[in-house]
Amino acid sequence: MSTLIEVNNLSRQFGDHCAVNDVSFSLDKGEVLGFLGPNGAGKSTTMKMICGNLTPTVGEIKINGYDIIEQPKLAKAELGFLPEIPPLHPDLTVDEFLTYCAKLHGLKKTAIKKAVDQGKEKCGLSDMGKRLISNLSKGYQQRVGIAQAILHNPAVIILDEPTVGLDPIQILEIRELIRELGQQHSVILSTHILPEVQQSCSRVQIIHHGKLVLNESVEGLSRRMTSSSLVVDFRNPADLNQLEAINGVDYIDVLDSHQLRIHHEQGSNIAEAVAELAVNQRWGLQELRPEKHDMEQIFLSITQPSNDHE
Amino acid sequence: MNSFIIAGREFRNLFLSPLAWTMLGVTQLILAYMFLTQIDYYLSIQPKLVGIPGAPGVTDLIVAPLFGNAAVILLLITPLLTMRVISDERRNKTISLLFSAPISITEIVLGKFLAIFAFLLIILFFIALMPLSLLTVGELDIGKFLACLLAMALLMASFNALGLYMSAIASQPTVAAVASFGALLLLWIVDWAGINSGNSSSLFEYISIMRHFENLLRGLINSSDVFYFVLFIVGFLILSIRRLDNDRLQK
Repeated sequence: MSTLIEVNNLSRQFGDHCAVNDVSFSLDKGEVLGFLGPNGAGKSTTMKMICGNLTPTVGEIKINGYDIIEQPKLAKAELGFLPEIPPLHPDLTVDEFLTYCAKLHGLKKTAIKKAVDQGKEKCGLSDMGKRLISNLSKGYQQRVGIAQAILHNPAVIILDEPTVGLDPIQILEIRELIRELGQQHSVILSTHILPEVQQSCSRVQIIHHGKLVLNESVEGLSRRMTSSSLVVDFRNPADLNQLEAINGVDYIDVLDSHQLRIHHEQGSNIAEAVAELAVNQRWGLQELRPEKHDMEQIFLSITQPSNDHE
Repeated sequence: MNSFIIAGREFRNLFLSPLAWTMLGVTQLILAYMFLTQIDYYLSIQPKLVGIPGAPGVTDLIVAPLFGNAAVILLLITPLLTMRVISDERRNKTISLLFSAPISITEIVLGKFLAIFAFLLIILFFIALMPLSLLTVGELDIGKFLACLLAMALLMASFNALGLYMSAIASQPTVAAVASFGALLLLWIVDWAGINSGNSSSLFEYISIMRHFENLLRGLINSSDVFYFVLFIVGFLILSIRRLDNDRLQK
């Protein structure tokens, strides 16, 4: 597969403040990359740099093989960008605005109408062509922003928080659209909404204090999310020593007189052994439940500790 | 090519607000009134001029003053036209649409410049209709008339370029308007110092827009005057490009 985005040792300094610090990654065709991070982590800065809206202090960005600094025109022709605040001209109609965007991206006269119609259709704007952008609701404005980014069929689509301000139905539609786009293009999207990443992305990156702290495929992440602890509830008091003797158990937290949390090595399955032991010893097993880590926990565990250092 | 796309949108946008229409109307009204008083004045002194050999003609007494007055009005309205071209895009964040499109900064600045210049040329066209109406009753010195048009076009482009630069620096449109009005006015009157005592600075005289403009209005097309305007326009356009480019380098 061809690499569409290549980012090497990217750093950005604002005065003394280092917004992005030595970030490197690459993205292949057909991948959807979810960009996560707490507020002010450097997501938007990174995206702006990839789109040529900000010049990096150090580092190199290649879009489809073209360097964004040295060959900006060629590189930007392959880009579609939706910034945090959609760049819309409020006194134009949707049609006028999209036609203008198509022209800016150098589409040929004959192709413009088709591109505009397709863009509107994909983003559910078909009936809105004659409406003034300033009269549209926030959700529809957001859609116009997305339409603008995908209009010229770019190889790389970068969306900064695309689902902000949309209603739940629209969010589902946009996620569907992103998945669809992901098949033909490379997509980077930043978001605060964690389930969104699980649903529409094939790779996840977490950026924190300007540093890339996690870069993993969604499968890898779901492996991380599988349990590494069991919660068990016995009617009769259990013998902790016997439980700890089970192969793979790390340690046991006593939650209350009945409940225990058994931490075990990741990948090993001890549920069966615990159940067997409980039945043999007549502890009266009432509950046995593997604990799932969700995305949020992983996100917190990655971003929190480094918070404590500061 | 790309500049024309931006210029086209910007130009159409001008007419979406009442500002452009109001400006066209107000400018025309005031200049028509001034034109009328100038004609009135000419008619009152015409009998005296008949006897003098080499006396100034219609073009000198009506057309040149008309363009001189128009220059003052332009001084007032050009800052209002240019104030929002860049600063508004920056405030509304629409500038990122241009930054992430395959367009160079030079093309963006040129596009903005052309849009405002096209509008100013419309104003010039309507101003020029007034002297041309005199052709129905008499004759014009066409050479001088064309020199006036050239002077006006150069002046408009200079005001435009300076206004554009101010719009590129300022974060708010009104700030840009005040700054460009101040700068233009200063450049207009900069040679006033020492003009009465007779020891005025030749540097200030060269800097003054007024001097160069008046030379052209008199029908004297001097390459140094034309060069001054071209330098002025190109200089401020380059400064605007640099300033806009700085947006991406911001520290």
